[in-house]
Amino acid sequence: MTPPPSAMREHPPASPLPKTPHSPGRLLEPLLRELGEPGRRGFVLPALDVPERAVEELLPPAWIRKDPAPLPEVSERDLVKHFMRLAHLNFSVETNFYPLGSCTMKYNPRVNEEIAALPGFAQIHPHTPEQGAQGTLRLLFELDQMLQQILGMDAVTLQPAAGAHGELTALLMAKAFHESRGHPRHKVVVPDSAHGTNPASASLSGFEVVEVRSNARGRISLSALASAVDEDTAVFMMTNPNTLGLFEPEVLEIASWVHEKGALMYLDGANMNALLGRVRPGDMGFDMVHVNVHKTFSIPHGSGGPGGGPVGVKASLKPFLPAPQVEVRDGLYRLAPAGSLSIGRVRSFYGNVGALVRAYAYIRALGAPGLRRVSEGAILNANYLKALLKDVFPIPVEEACMHEFIATAKALKQTQGIKAMDIAKRLLDYGFYAPTICFPLIVEEALMIEPSETESRQTLEQFADALRKIAQEARENPERVRTAPHRMPVSRLDEVQAAREPNLRW
Amino acid sequence: MSLEGLKFSKTHEWVRLEGSQATVGITQHAQEEISDVVFVELPKIGRTFAQAEEAAVVESVKAAFSIYAPIAGTVTRVNEVLIKDPGLINRSATEQGWIFVLEAKNPAEMDSLMDLQKYEEWVKGGGAGH
Amino acid sequence: MDFVPLTDADRQVMLKRIGVASFEELLRAVPSAIPAARMDLPPALSEPELARLAADLASLNATAESHGCFLGAGAYRHFIPSVVRYLTSRGEFLTAYTPYQPEASQGTLQAMYEYQSVLCDLTGMDVANASLYDGATALAEACVLAIKETDRPNLVLAGTVHPEYRQTVRTYLKQTAGKIQELSAVEGTVSVEQAGEWIDSKTAAVVVQVPNRFGCLEPVDDLAELAHKNGALFIVVVNPISLGILPAPGSYGADIVIGEGQPLGTDLQYGGPYLGLFACRQALLRKIPGRIVGMTRDAHGRRGFVLTLQTREQHIRRAKATSNICTNEAMMALAATVYLGALGREGFRDLAVQNLQKARYAFDRLTQLHGVRPLFPPPFFNEFALHMPCDPELLNRRLLEDGFLGGFPLKRWDPDLSSGWLVCVTEVPTRAEIDRFVEAVKRAIR
Repeated sequence: MTPPPSAMREHPPASPLPKTPHSPGRLLEPLLRELGEPGRRGFVLPALDVPERAVEELLPPAWIRKDPAPLPEVSERDLVKHFMRLAHLNFSVETNFYPLGSCTMKYNPRVNEEIAALPGFAQIHPHTPEQGAQGTLRLLFELDQMLQQILGMDAVTLQPAAGAHGELTALLMAKAFHESRGHPRHKVVVPDSAHGTNPASASLSGFEVVEVRSNARGRISLSALASAVDEDTAVFMMTNPNTLGLFEPEVLEIASWVHEKGALMYLDGANMNALLGRVRPGDMGFDMVHVNVHKTFSIPHGSGGPGGGPVGVKASLKPFLPAPQVEVRDGLYRLAPAGSLSIGRVRSFYGNVGALVRAYAYIRALGAPGLRRVSEGAILNANYLKALLKDVFPIPVEEACMHEFIATAKALKQTQGIKAMDIAKRLLDYGFYAPTICFPLIVEEALMIEPSETESRQTLEQFADALRKIAQEARENPERVRTAPHRMPVSRLDEVQAAREPNLRW
Repeated sequence: MSLEGLKFSKTHEWVRLEGSQATVGITQHAQEEISDVVFVELPKIGRTFAQAEEAAVVESVKAAFSIYAPIAGTVTRVNEVLIKDPGLINRSATEQGWIFVLEAKNPAEMDSLMDLQKYEEWVKGGGAGH
Repeated sequence: MDFVPLTDADRQVMLKRIGVASFEELLRAVPSAIPAARMDLPPALSEPELARLAADLASLNATAESHGCFLGAGAYRHFIPSVVRYLTSRGEFLTAYTPYQPEASQGTLQAMYEYQSVLCDLTGMDVANASLYDGATALAEACVLAIKETDRPNLVLAGTVHPEYRQTVRTYLKQTAGKIQELSAVEGTVSVEQAGEWIDSKTAAVVVQVPNRFGCLEPVDDLAELAHKNGALFIVVVNPISLGILPAPGSYGADIVIGEGQPLGTDLQYGGPYLGLFACRQALLRKIPGRIVGMTRDAHGRRGFVLTLQTREQHIRRAKATSNICTNEAMMALAATVYLGALGREGFRDLAVQNLQKARYAFDRLTQLHGVRPLFPPPFFNEFALHMPCDPELLNRRLLEDGFLGGFPLKRWDPDLSSGWLVCVTEVPTRAEIDRFVEAVKRAIR
């Protein structure tokens, strides 16, 4: 006997936010909603071919939506034109040099897109019985193995959807590790130069964050570390090369010290591009490392995502890995259930598999020799560009950099009041995406420049040339730089107003 | 309003004590450092803060700044004008841009703060900011 | 094939300008005590070799293209219009990154603003962010928000919320939550009585999923009332396709709406990358995790878009950020926006109704088979649970050979539902395909 349908009361629709509180200036491209007319349709489904029943028979009246969601009503032609015109408003790796420090904006191979789009990979359901998923399961297993080789680690989880997610996963594992030893620990130590996700991840995993100051050469000081790390420290998180693009030469001593205190060493592997095939995190004293497949392993950044943040760990941490893991048993690739010490799930299903397919293809294409050429190209390009810019902008740390380096606009700020942000904006006029600005926080007016290995020498020379012109213009005609960009469709958007009177939806 | 009667903390708050009511805001110097204020996280009325405990947050586009209770007390009023007009802090940091009022727990704590002259000297000398 | 343009000639010029005799000099800072990397990797491949390898691997998979797919349980096969694939493959979107320089990113920023807007239209909420990783982590983030916002430790989750979502909540909140209680399912939905007993002044949030993991519809009005009466937030987990015909959660008291956006134009891809939907009431604006795009004007009065309210985020607030998220699922959000734009107001409703009709048709035909009966009564959306007269895992093995991906064996979630089989029917299968499926099931259970 059917129970009565759930009681549902009528509610008035939520009152909409005021429309466009700023008076309508001319938009570059109208909003999608403004392009529509009632009755227009894009994609149309085939006619229903099963016997049609009244919707009121299938759903109780209170469960039937009274007003359809007010989605735009546009023709397919107008839909395509709209998004193509939006596409044309973007700089991207495919169209521009994109030296965003710490993001590794290398060329995203199109062959990887084709491979990921093969129906065999794109259209497999995550609950497919294992015997019908051997292609993907084998790929994930092999990727796991290859990452272990590249990172010098004993086990890998492919679940995290991004670097920050990888950090969270690793920190939760570290917490479980210490608890399993009967000595729960409550603190995570990070350098003041760390990427913001490091302390944020530590906080989210329930740790107290302790910051340690970098020394004058932008590196971790052993003495500062000694006072920051104690028996209540669960993990020391560091980035190597660090966020100034410099290798930490005392990493072995640091690892030794941290391990002596019973804490774990975590590597934020965002800068792995410099280390590929040179040295491995596992050989440098790290117990855990995350990598960003959308940085080092070439998958496209997608205007902000998706990414992938696999985490590699040493054997002592293997029991705590999130489940499921891919294993081989009786000749079949399978999803192994969680061990009793696993931290559990950190997401639905198994990982950003579509992204991992691309990373797999990249590593298979390059092999070990290719990976070595990547780090060689990355380091050579960065040092060459640094040499070209030596007389243009001061480089706070003189020595050889790894795959990225920092220049500072501090001098120009003092003499002309020109900031790093102004230089970034003027670079847009030259058709270059700007370097990372004002990070890390410990360098004033920083421009963090990472050319990546896929750029030619000629591109670097053009970029250096543009910066030289801008520096000169900053001296001769500072106003032009201060009010840049001049050749972009919009210029100096009012972020103060955007924050004071948020307009977040049409 | 004259600044003479105000006392100042090392974290750039000013406070004016009238009887047991202490009005708190941030100084002109702080407001300049922060630049355009876009949002103020006001304390809840009835909450009690110790001296130097974080009581409010002032946000610019690029950063968030903690505002500390210069003396201990319980919040009795907050400046609700700041909800719609956070920029008031920039325009009038020491008058209309006040942030909250405390019922002072221990008015003698005012003696631990700087007077105007000491504060101005301290700022000139490059006193530690936020 | 490594995409590195470096030639010997380049090397010469560059080393000279840098002022070193060899590349190795640039690695001076790397101590020799660290062993050189030794990586045992398969040999490098040219593009044709790589393509062949990929094709071979892909051919080992049974897909929703090669097989009739009647499987859901958290990921759903819907037809993806060609415009979605085309526009999301454009390099200008695909190979851009976070729009920190808004002047060079207006395409991305406007697309995200439009995504936020359509999500609010769908859910009846005031504000949405520009995506989280997936439905499970979106729920975890919503629970974190609720605990911080209400300053209360406990959560009451419907046991009919997807198990992977509940597991993810537990992983994220192990340290920070107090009690996490799960309401039992009675006839496929949760008991309002039990909810009434458990929700109290220590409850930060009440979480329910609609349609729930069995495809059933929950007593949302009563649960919303209980939550709000006790000062707790009401969090609703949705399948966005259902919002074409089901009421917007904003109309029945949701404070936060989260969900899995994969059905909106993203391929199955064996489980990811997917799309974490997140929308909520205006009052919670400053607590929202993730990136948000806002409209503003530039120095010349032209309208444009920027990332806004960034002081919530990790790159500014660091340890005190509302979340640690940086990279999100922007491409999936773009896919969702194009998908919804392609369907439009009428099309989206039609789509939901077709899902409803085809599922009901399949339900009627399957429950006529001997030994097959529904586990829970209608109404349902997209999915329905059946009692099968044979082991559902065995049934699926036979169906796989017959060219079908059968329903989800419920014993994987609930050991005491060992005969349970969760069948999913979307708008994709034709009537003929559904009939063939029913025949195949009939054969397989004999």
